[in-house]
Amino acid sequence: MADCFDEMRGVDGAIRPAYAGLDAWLRDLSPDLLDQRCQEAELLFRRIGITFAVYGEAESTERLIPFDVIPRILSSAEWSLLQRGLTQRVKAINMYLKDIYGRREILKAGIIPEDLVFQNQVFRPEMNAQKVPHDVYVHIAGIDIVRVDHKTFYVLEDNARTPSGVSYMLENREIMMRLFPDLFSRYRVAPVENYPDELLATLKSVAPETAAADPTVVLLSPGIYNSAYFEHSFLADKLGIELVEGRDLLVKGGVVYMRTTEGPKRVDVIYRRVDDDFLDPLAFRPDSTLGVPGLMSAYQAGQVTLANAVGTGIADDKAIYSYMPDIVKFYLAEEPILQNVPTWRCREPEHLTYVLEHLAELVVKEVHGSGGYGMLIGPMADKGKLAAFRTRIEADPKNYIAQPTLALSTCPTWVERGVAPRHIDLRPFVLTGRDTVRIVPGGLTRVALQRGSLVVNSSQGGGTKDTWVLDT
Amino acid sequence: MRIRVSHQTVYHYDSPASRVIQILRITPRSHDGQHVVRWRIDVSADCRLTTQEDAFGNITHAFSDDVPTDRLEVLVEGEVETQDTGGVVRGAIERFPSSLYLRETELTRADPAILAFARSVAHADPDDTIGTLHALVRGVYSEVTFDTDPTHVTTTASEAFSLHRGVCQDLAHVFIAAARSLGIPSRYVSGYYWRSDGITAQDAGHAWVESFVPSLGWVAFDPTHAMCANDAYVRVAIGLDYLGAAPVRGTRFGGVGETLEVAVNVAQAFQQIQS
Repeated sequence: MADCFDEMRGVDGAIRPAYAGLDAWLRDLSPDLLDQRCQEAELLFRRIGITFAVYGEAESTERLIPFDVIPRILSSAEWSLLQRGLTQRVKAINMYLKDIYGRREILKAGIIPEDLVFQNQVFRPEMNAQKVPHDVYVHIAGIDIVRVDHKTFYVLEDNARTPSGVSYMLENREIMMRLFPDLFSRYRVAPVENYPDELLATLKSVAPETAAADPTVVLLSPGIYNSAYFEHSFLADKLGIELVEGRDLLVKGGVVYMRTTEGPKRVDVIYRRVDDDFLDPLAFRPDSTLGVPGLMSAYQAGQVTLANAVGTGIADDKAIYSYMPDIVKFYLAEEPILQNVPTWRCREPEHLTYVLEHLAELVVKEVHGSGGYGMLIGPMADKGKLAAFRTRIEADPKNYIAQPTLALSTCPTWVERGVAPRHIDLRPFVLTGRDTVRIVPGGLTRVALQRGSLVVNSSQGGGTKDTWVLDT
Repeated sequence: MRIRVSHQTVYHYDSPASRVIQILRITPRSHDGQHVVRWRIDVSADCRLTTQEDAFGNITHAFSDDVPTDRLEVLVEGEVETQDTGGVVRGAIERFPSSLYLRETELTRADPAILAFARSVAHADPDDTIGTLHALVRGVYSEVTFDTDPTHVTTTASEAFSLHRGVCQDLAHVFIAAARSLGIPSRYVSGYYWRSDGITAQDAGHAWVESFVPSLGWVAFDPTHAMCANDAYVRVAIGLDYLGAAPVRGTRFGGVGETLEVAVNVAQAFQQIQS
C-alpha cells in the first residue's frame, strides 16, 4: 500500500493542491458529525430507493450500494487531459466499428488478426454493411480508468454496450449537496446535473431521417428483474421519456410503434438497455421474451435508431482491448492520449516467452472469460497453481493475455470511524451525437471498501463516491 | 434440370391470433449452376411484404398482420434451372471471409463425442480437406440415422449425435460441428431437394452443408444422402446454423390452439413445347 499513489497525499504525504480545502474541512469536522452524516446519507439513499440487484442472492433482490461521503477530486488540468483522451478514444472506437462492419481496412492492414473479429461471438454479422445515422455506433460509452501515479491514467476497460452507473453519479452529487452545502461553498465544482439533458440531446441528434422534427425517444428496459432496473426508471424519469419493455413496442410495416392509451405512437430512437442477444427473437435468440419481434428489420431499414448500435461488443471485447492503442493510431493518426494497461498477448511467441518467465508477477486472464473466472493473480498464487496455469497457457496460448499487477491509486475513505486510503477507479460517461462529443465532468468513482482490496465492483462489496472536477 | 417447387404453410388458430409477424427466407438467388426462372410468394393476409437482404446475402421478406385471423397461409411457388457442378458453389454472394464460418453457435457446439468422431474420420494429411469432408459426410450418414421422431427445431448437434437420430437439420448440425472442430469453415444451407424416385410430395424443405475447401471454394455436402449436392438441389439460404437460414421465423400475439400444415412439392418441370 505504501507504494500507491494517493489522490490526496501523492506518494510523499504532502497534501495535493486540489485536496487542500477538503483536508482542512476534514480536520475541522468531528468524527461524530461525519458518522452522523454517513447515516443520513444511507437514509436518503433508502428513501430515494436507489438500489441494485445482485444475481444469485435469494434473500434480497435489491441492495443498497455503499456510499462514501468523502469526494474524489480531479483538478481541471487532470480533467482536461482525461477529457481529451476520452474524446479521442471514443472517436476511434466509432470509426473502428464503422470499418469493421464496412470496409474492414484495419483487417486488411493486418493490424487486428481476422479470427479475433470473425470468430468472436460479439461480432454481429447482422450489422455488416448496415448504415447507422451519422456513423455513430457507441452513443453512450463508459470508459473505466485507473490511476497509478500523478500523471498516468490507464484505461482498464471500454464499455461500449450498455454501460450502467450514471444514476449513481447523479444521485451521489445530489446527496452530497444536501449533506455538505458548506463544503461546496469552499470549492467550485463543475456541475453534473445536466447529464440527462445532454443525453437526450445526443439521442435526438441521431434520430433517423424519417423521424419528425421532434423525435420520440424511449428507454427499453429488460424489466424489474434486471440489476440496473432502478437506473432505467431513474433515467427515463430524468429525461422525460417513456420507460418501455419489449411488450410495449410493436413493429408494423417496418416501423416501430409504442402502445399508448391513445393508440400506437411512432418511436424514432430507442435507448436500449437490453443486450443484443435479447433484442429481437426473430433475429437473435428465439426464446427471448424481452425483445421486440421484427425490431432488427425496422433497424436495418433505417426506420429506428438503436443506442447503442447492435454489435458494439466487438469494440470492448477483452480480445480486442489490447489493440486499442493501434486502433487510435490507425484511424486518427495520433498517439493515444490515454494509455492501455500494458498487455501481453500470449498468441504472440515473444509475449508468451515473457509471460511464462514472469508468471509470478503477472495477472493472467482468459480472453473469453469473465467475472474473474479462469484468472491467475501471480503474486497471490502458490507454486502448484502457477505450474497448473503454465500448463494451461502452453496448451492454448491464444486464449490468454497477461497484465502487470497494478497499484491502483487510493483516496481517503470513511471506514468504521476513521479516514483511511482505499483503492478507487473512475467511470466517466462519454456521449457521442451527430456532431459533438459530450462528457459531463467527472463520472462514477468506485471504491474498494476492504483494506488492500482492488475489487471495486458493486457486486463484490465495492462502494461509490461523488467525483468532483474543479472548475478553476 | 428444371425443378418446380411449391411450398405451402397454413396456420390454423382455434381462437384467432390478433397479430402475426414473420420473417421469411424462402427466396433462392441465382448463381453458377442455379438459375431462378420464376419465384413468387403469396401471403393470405392483407399486408405488405418488405424485401431485404440479410447479413449473409439471403433475400428476406418480412410482413406483419394486425387483423385477427384464424387462418394464415404462406405459399411459395417457383421454378429453378439447375446444373450439376459436383457440389462446387461459385458465383454466390459472399459477404464474409470463410473464417467467419468457423464460429461456434449453440446449435453447432462440438461436444467431446463429436470432437472424437471428427478426429476419427479426419484424414491423416491435414491438407486433404476434400478427403476429410467426403469421409465426414459418410461418417455422419452412418452415425446418425434419419428419423423424424426424436428431434425438433431446437435440438442441438450434441443432442442429435448422442441420440444417433435426427432429421436433415440435425445431420447438418452434426456435420458442421465436426467440420468446424477440424478447422474447416462450414455453413448451413436450407433449400429443396428433388427426389429421383418419383415421390414429389414432402413434409418439409431440405437442409445440407457447405464447407470451404481452399483449392475449390465452397462445396456442398448432404449428410442425409451421403453425397455432394448436385442438380437435384435448390439452394435457398445460408447461415451459421438453422436459425440463420430458417425458412420462417415468426411470432404471434394471442391465438390459441395453433395447428400447422406444411405441404412441399418438388417436381421436375418439363419444358413446354411451343406449337
